[in-house]
Amino acid sequence: MEEYRDTTGSKIGMWLFLLSEILLFGGLFILYSVYRFKNPSAFHLGAEELNRPFGAINTLILITSSLTMALSISSVKRGDRKWSLIFLMATLCLGFVFLGNKYFEWAGKIHHEIYPNSPRLLERDKGEILFYGLYYSMTGLHGLHVLIGLVVLFIMGALILKGKVNEAHFIPLENSGLYWHLVDIIWIFLFPLFYLIT
Amino acid sequence: MGVPSEILKETQPGISFYESKGRFHGLLGWIFTTDHKRIGLLYLLAILFFFLTGVSLGFLMRLELIAPGPTIMRPQTYNAIFTLHGVIMIFLFVIPGIPAIFGNFFMPIQIGARDVAFPKINLLSWWVYMIGALLAILSLFTGGGPIDTGWTFYVPYSLRTTVNVPLAVFAVFILGFSSILTGINFVTTIHGFRAPGMTWFRLPLFVWSIYATAWVQMLVTPVIGITLLLTLLERLVGVGVFDPAKGGDPILYQHLFWIYSHPAVYIMILPAMGVISEIIPVFARRTIFGYKAIAFSSLAIASVGSLVWGHHMFVSGQSDLASIIFSFLTFLVAVPSAIKVFNWVATLYKGSIEVEPPLLFGLTFIFLFSIGGLTGLFQGALATDVHLHDTYWVVGHFHYVIFGGTGFAIFGALHYWFPKMFGRMYQRKIPYLAWAFLFVGFNTLYFPMLILGWEGMPRRYYDYLAQFHTLQLISTIGSWILITGLILMFGNLFYSLFRGERAENNPWGGATLEWQITSPPPADNFKKIPVVDSGPYEFGKV
Repeated sequence: MEEYRDTTGSKIGMWLFLLSEILLFGGLFILYSVYRFKNPSAFHLGAEELNRPFGAINTLILITSSLTMALSISSVKRGDRKWSLIFLMATLCLGFVFLGNKYFEWAGKIHHEIYPNSPRLLERDKGEILFYGLYYSMTGLHGLHVLIGLVVLFIMGALILKGKVNEAHFIPLENSGLYWHLVDIIWIFLFPLFYLIT
Repeated sequence: MGVPSEILKETQPGISFYESKGRFHGLLGWIFTTDHKRIGLLYLLAILFFFLTGVSLGFLMRLELIAPGPTIMRPQTYNAIFTLHGVIMIFLFVIPGIPAIFGNFFMPIQIGARDVAFPKINLLSWWVYMIGALLAILSLFTGGGPIDTGWTFYVPYSLRTTVNVPLAVFAVFILGFSSILTGINFVTTIHGFRAPGMTWFRLPLFVWSIYATAWVQMLVTPVIGITLLLTLLERLVGVGVFDPAKGGDPILYQHLFWIYSHPAVYIMILPAMGVISEIIPVFARRTIFGYKAIAFSSLAIASVGSLVWGHHMFVSGQSDLASIIFSFLTFLVAVPSAIKVFNWVATLYKGSIEVEPPLLFGLTFIFLFSIGGLTGLFQGALATDVHLHDTYWVVGHFHYVIFGGTGFAIFGALHYWFPKMFGRMYQRKIPYLAWAFLFVGFNTLYFPMLILGWEGMPRRYYDYLAQFHTLQLISTIGSWILITGLILMFGNLFYSLFRGERAENNPWGGATLEWQITSPPPADNFKKIPVVDSGPYEFGKV
């Protein structure tokens, strides 16, 4: 059988996969809504304890990375290999910085002995224990997805370098872009739910 | 796997998909294949293996239960065995079952395509399935031993028991990916790869059922994914979302678990109903009664069925209002299933009926599934469920619908599509004998469970009161009769694989596209993509 390419099918498949990812995070968002409803003041306190500027910077970083991602794709479509790689590198760097920030945030909290099952956390109100349980689970799962995204984008960079992704065949990059935008959107929900709503 | 292609070469002039030369040869040509037909057969081999493992576990359970008190094992062993029986049968047999084997093999052909939309992802699905299966097996022998929580892994017990919950739960998580990828693949294929003239309402009903199932697979499997992930997190770092001491709620676990696991049973039954919708018209020589009703009922079952999960939790302490709503929706979802049963029967009416083995299993499906469905109504009603929940009634119910339903549909599908898949016909008399053992054995095994449950015997119990002994004994004897039937049936099919007569292209006179190509099919299915101008059950032209 000869190899053939099907960009429409490929894109449909990617969108369906993203839909399943939303369902994956959906389970956690259900837990968040139920527990928030039951522990409004504890979640309020938890949100105040998180570092809002940090979170806001991370949000800006991720949104910008979505921009550079889109620019990388449009560069490939124009046949501009140099700029597509530059924008892709920018996306990778921004994603990496995001993860770095996350690491520092987590490290800070862990240094203050606030982590799942820590004695310090267990002394607190149950709602706060839940808040942090969900905080670590949801930002953790999100961070894992960012990491996977970085690996995928790195591979895309290699493919662009080799010329396998070019203006005639850029659907892998587009699909990677879709995934990256999903990761961005999930963070855009996480940020207000954990840092802002008081 | 040199032997089958050696044998099959002499049965078919021309190149069948067994002989086609890809990049790899021999065994590698199978485990690195991207041909949907080979992948379907890879699944068949693996799934049959796990079915037989699950049957063996069931056999052992029934041996233990033949008399009160210890018989052949200790209580801990029994708990592990019934858990494994459930996990293997559900996650490794029935859920992948028909979509992975027959959906893979036949859906692309039935829509007039050369393959699925993403052949490499299809192969990945199989690889992921095998990895998940191997991890599940590994969990039996490592880290504390086989799980004893029941296939439902309820918290708090699953968080506290010292057996290897993490690996087992992780294995199921991995298996979920296989299901999701297959779902994505099938939806995309059915949307984009239909042959010219193959409009939605000319699709075989099997394809409609695979389509509805694929949506459910894709959308709800992630929910059990996250549930299992949270269980792992809970065990490993103590997040607290299911632990009341930390503010969590174990009932939320049940909600998350059943939001997947109830639609999962529709993943199990919809393709089975699709198989029956294929078989009945062919062996009644009549077009299906109410094509659109059956097609839409598949979608209705998939969607409404995603809203009824709380009927597993009527006695969990959830609110009365929630219970009432779930009960109402449960009764609602019975309607489209009933519509299918009525339409199948109406198709048979005044048909030119030939009770060949596929139809025999198809009719048995209708009978056993109906019993199972009716017993479900007792559970759907709140007042009666209080008495029946967690009793043997439930065990009887789900075995009637899943085994009597999907199981027998798989037997029917095997006998229907065997000549097409292997180019051979099986010995035609043995299936009837096997069926007799299967039918008598099945009912002897499971009907007593309905009575036992009604009389109050709880499920998952290792020991029981003397008053339940007679029915338990009858049930165990039923398992022996059933297993005899399985040996006869599979023995015949396996024998016929090597010694069966060469099959024609269309031994049953089917009108769907798979019967218009050679048995076995060529590697790329069609010499030329067909242009479709008639429906799937119009027999005038065959």
